[in-house]
Amino acid sequence: MGSTAPITVERPSSDVRPDLPWVTIVWNDPVNLMSYVTYVFQTVFGYTKEKAEKLMMDVHHKGKAVVSSGTREEMERDVQILHSYGLWATLQPDSVK
Amino acid sequence: MSSGFSPGKGGGVVARFEAAEVSLLRSLVSMTLGLVTPGQTSDDPLERALGIGASEAPSDPVLARLFPSAYEDDKEAAEFRRYTEATLRDGKRADAQTVLDSAASGRFDLTPEQAQAWLRALNDIRLTLGTKLEVTEEVHDEIAMMSEDDPRYPAYVTYDWLTYLQDSLVRALW
Repeated sequence: MGSTAPITVERPSSDVRPDLPWVTIVWNDPVNLMSYVTYVFQTVFGYTKEKAEKLMMDVHHKGKAVVSSGTREEMERDVQILHSYGLWATLQPDSVK
Repeated sequence: MSSGFSPGKGGGVVARFEAAEVSLLRSLVSMTLGLVTPGQTSDDPLERALGIGASEAPSDPVLARLFPSAYEDDKEAAEFRRYTEATLRDGKRADAQTVLDSAASGRFDLTPEQAQAWLRALNDIRLTLGTKLEVTEEVHDEIAMMSEDDPRYPAYVTYDWLTYLQDSLVRALW
């Protein structure tokens, strides 16, 4: 092989950190209906009605709930879809909770 | 109440509306179209092609509710908004247009895709009215106790009707 072969860079081990998980949070608001919020969780995340209802009740009673987790890019996508449905959603690193 | 939604064929729904209800719904949806202007993208052709737009949070409380910040941190929120708000605006406008194009008096069918657009469009109107009226979770009790002479009564009754429609549509889709 010629000189165009890629050079493999060995990163120092101290530089290798696991990707921190991110979470999507939905906040309570006085407009969105309980039935609607449950339905959106089922539709957007494919959750069972039981799981979606539990998350909705957490939002309702505790003021917010973590509804999904994953990479930052995945959470940005989730937040964007939830905003299209009018839910009040934010994302943050899991450690901030 | 006869108007509302029921399950239809192939995952769609059947809608029933009276003529007066359709014209009310049309004016409400037009309100969304007036409020949510098309996603403004920058003058730069590349940024336009990528849908990159404004990064500042809207100062209008209704728009701020329709387009909430995704991050607590202002800088990160601005960056996210720059890449997403134009698309979100166009989506809300398309949903509203779907309602305008498909709403009719009497009985009509909605495909699953149209039903999703109706669901989001109805919610956008409820968020708009709800924010303007500064509703709380006790809104239904308030309406029940409100005098019909109260100047706020028509708006609250409209909000209540939209709540009924939204719930009816969710149950038809479940």
